Amino acid sequence: MILFIDPYNLKCMRRVILLLLITPLAAFAQDDLLGELEKGTKPEVEYTFATFKGTRLGNGHTVETKNAGALEFIFQHRFGPVSGGAYELFGLDQADVRLGLDYGITDNLSVSISRNSVDKTMDGYFKYKALRQSSGAKTFPVTITALAGMAYKLSPKDFEEGSGLENVDRLSYTGQLLIARKFSTNFSFQLMPTFIHKNMVEFNEVNDQFALGVGGRTKLSKSVALTFEYYHNFNLPDNDDTEALLEDPSFYLRYNSLTFGIDIETGGHVFQLLLTNAIGLTERAFITETRDDFFAGDIHLGFNVTRTFQLKKSK
Amino acid sequence: MLTLLLSPSNIRRIQILPMIIFKKLLFLSYLFISAQSYSQQRFFAEKAIVSFFSDAVVEDISATNEKVTSIFDAVSGEVAYLMNIKDFQFPNKLMQVHFNEKYMESEKYPKSSFQGKISGFSLNATGKQDVKASGKLTIHGVTKNIEAPGTVEVNGNRLTVKSKFTVKLLDYNIKVPQIVWQNIAQQVEVTVDFVYRPL
Repeated sequence: MILFIDPYNLKCMRRVILLLLITPLAAFAQDDLLGELEKGTKPEVEYTFATFKGTRLGNGHTVETKNAGALEFIFQHRFGPVSGGAYELFGLDQADVRLGLDYGITDNLSVSISRNSVDKTMDGYFKYKALRQSSGAKTFPVTITALAGMAYKLSPKDFEEGSGLENVDRLSYTGQLLIARKFSTNFSFQLMPTFIHKNMVEFNEVNDQFALGVGGRTKLSKSVALTFEYYHNFNLPDNDDTEALLEDPSFYLRYNSLTFGIDIETGGHVFQLLLTNAIGLTERAFITETRDDFFAGDIHLGFNVTRTFQLKKSK
Repeated sequence: MLTLLLSPSNIRRIQILPMIIFKKLLFLSYLFISAQSYSQQRFFAEKAIVSFFSDAVVEDISATNEKVTSIFDAVSGEVAYLMNIKDFQFPNKLMQVHFNEKYMESEKYPKSSFQGKISGFSLNATGKQDVKASGKLTIHGVTKNIEAPGTVEVNGNRLTVKSKFTVKLLDYNIKVPQIVWQNIAQQVEVTVDFVYRPL
């Protein structure tokens, strides 16, 4: 081998040696296996999750639906007005209750049935998550859920004979779109355009009523969030006119419902503590028939408690 | 042998030919070796499942991620895997939401990975071989050096790698809120089950 060494061969040798030296370096650069895996990952559609803690924001809904096979038992309480003072133990002496069951038929479609003590109302609805907020391979700015519900008033027990009222007059219908965006891990905002039709109304009301709800939540910690919800009813009767017509108008006065709350989530439970001027818990009741004025101090303490049971295991 | 041909006049001509052959052979063999190291020493996971189990007072929690990607270099023993936290599937979907939202914060830390080395195995051995993996495990944005026992089994051109190890939540800064502490164990058992084929 020694004999190969002359100036020309030396040059060749150098090239070979250089090649030999460089190639392993190049191979080494590619050797970071994790880097290779990271390069290989394709962008996926990232669906936003947990826009809200529960299916309820305050009195009304959030965009969230139950997952397939999950049954949620919801227990809601609204106490009397805090303005009742010590004699009424700041409202705690009275309470209205709503007991409900929500079931996830699919991850996006829920069905519910419930009973509310206000007007002894039975109500049921379908709730369908139509579009989901996403980022990544496909971007969509908001989550949109549609709600279609119906409520039946059992009270009064019997209509007076000759009043001309029939069973169908006890019914009311709700159509609602829930549009929410989770701006960050800690802040979500929701708009709720709502249409309510009541078959029977008081003299100062109209049958078809439109409302726009706004609401949101901000997280204080991983398990605790502050919430607010406001429904503005565009067809609310004028309280001044009503007062001018009647001596005791309290039953006929109408206000928009406003709610502030705290969500506390512990595993399968969500506890929501609320301050609100509404006591009814169906859309008809709290959007069109809120009789208390939040700003006059007629605020009710309330809570929603949910417990979710996974009936069918998802794969 | 070339010494016989050594005369100052033809030495150069004679020397060039073997040099060229030598150089070409060297280069070709080098290319061949490099190519081989990519085709037969690198293994890509065709099935890669990472699951975990935690046994707690109130309820057992288990979840499985079947969308893991992994590469294994049989010569150097280097191995890496990568996964999205969101791809862990729970039997209970509500738990899945809480896992992502409250514990793993998967919007902030979307991925978990391992990069390290498997030592103590031979590609030519038959049956299950006990091996040791050591390297860097990243969970919840925290990277820790770990060591885990496991097995490697060669079946034809397939390689099966299995391992089981314990992850302490506090090591990775995963905080379980006080209010549900009974529900979730402070450590989970992670099971890794990979089947590799040559790349």
